Amino acid sequence: MTKKFIKYSAGLALVSLLAACSDGLFGGNPPQTSDVQPGSALPSPQPVATFQVTVSNLTNGQPMSPAAIIAHQTGFRVFEIGAPASVALEVLAEGGNNADLLALAEDNINVITTASGAGPIPPGQSEVISFEFEERFLRNATFSVSTMLVNTNDAITGVNTINIETLEIGDSITRRGVAYDAGTEADDEMAIYIPGPAGGGEGFNAERDDQVNAVTMHTGVVTQHDGLVTSALNGQHKFDNPVIQVRIERIE
Amino acid sequence: MRKLILGVAASAMLAPAANAVDFDVEITNLTNGIYFTPFLAAAHTEGNNLFVTGQPASASLQAMAEGGDISGLVSDVQALGATYVANPAGGLLAPATSTTFNMNTDGTNNTRLSIVSMLLPTNDAFAGLNAITIPTEPGTYVYNVNAYDAGTEANDEILNGGGAPGVPGMPADPGGLAGTGGTGVAGTDFNTNVHIHRGSIGDSDPNGGKSDLDSSVHRWLNPVVRVTITVN
Repeated sequence: MTKKFIKYSAGLALVSLLAACSDGLFGGNPPQTSDVQPGSALPSPQPVATFQVTVSNLTNGQPMSPAAIIAHQTGFRVFEIGAPASVALEVLAEGGNNADLLALAEDNINVITTASGAGPIPPGQSEVISFEFEERFLRNATFSVSTMLVNTNDAITGVNTINIETLEIGDSITRRGVAYDAGTEADDEMAIYIPGPAGGGEGFNAERDDQVNAVTMHTGVVTQHDGLVTSALNGQHKFDNPVIQVRIERIE
Repeated sequence: MRKLILGVAASAMLAPAANAVDFDVEITNLTNGIYFTPFLAAAHTEGNNLFVTGQPASASLQAMAEGGDISGLVSDVQALGATYVANPAGGLLAPATSTTFNMNTDGTNNTRLSIVSMLLPTNDAFAGLNAITIPTEPGTYVYNVNAYDAGTEANDEILNGGGAPGVPGMPADPGGLAGTGGTGVAGTDFNTNVHIHRGSIGDSDPNGGKSDLDSSVHRWLNPVVRVTITVN
């Protein structure tokens, strides 16, 4: 029970963000659209490639945390199935905070640029997020999107290493993604460990107490309706794959 | 006179026959305990969809998803000039069975294929192949199809014959393994737009409990249908 006391301040900030989001989820607020988040400022006029990413939540009851978008060469991966998650990914997977993952990416020589969603994406809603980089970085360019299913202990989804090298202006690619278990937290579904509106519990915790310390496919949530009486979740929070749709279009 | 002949030849070359294709479609029920209502398979023009995730279901889609009634969708695709086949299985498609039929889009611009059917017993689940590009090269092409929730009806899992749009409850249990007396699992969907179905809950009490579904029978994971296209 030591895990309760190690908390991550940014993760706590997200909890309140998600709490605010729950009003939107159940109150029927309009979808949120982010402002364009360009990469680092360009020193001089260079040919630029601009991409518009539409992230859509396909679930019934799993808000998704602010998306982390990373444009990169194949030398970078957000995670590998069967390998332990990075601490930065754990921060996202347990608390929905993408800051550490984006910082980790920015420090990687294989990363071209990053962008963040403006806020959580409620079920059935989409967010449009843009990024750009100099055209000379297009060779072998790919991109990945990562987000947390916040009414879980440590479920993540997204798409990984989608090649955008050959996208011409006006071309688009649409992919769907499945749910993964980050393997960093036991899937007890207890309110105190569910950061989303169904639980209001803690986010990141450094302890690793999942069955295996490795990223795997997610097995889904059990919920109290399926007999897990200590679960904070109900049947509305169940999900099946795919859970996310990502469309990328080159607009410049 | 020469100009006129050239004009005729040019218009013939511009005719939409370039995308015409003669193909066979096999639809397979991949589930263990779910039946499918009469399918609608429609080859239609690009830019049209029978459903879009994240958007509300049309009234025609709702009628199909809640009660298996494809008549509204048939009218819709007729208005699009679609090439379509309605009810190829001649009724329900049972678990682990298939139905096969031919389609020919000769003389049309119907380059996209959509296929839909309701899952029984559910409140408003449907399988949907969404406007895939019909392959034109001879060969065999396989598509896995997911189960969607139309978002139009609460998934109460109560078997009461309710199949008309807006009427709560599930219309039928073809396998005869559902129970009675359930009190109702869930209220209105959190997501009232078309979305990936979260699955059924069920319970193990045939004479009561929350659900009339059997939690060990009426389950599925995606994909629920396989569509195999053979271009001749």
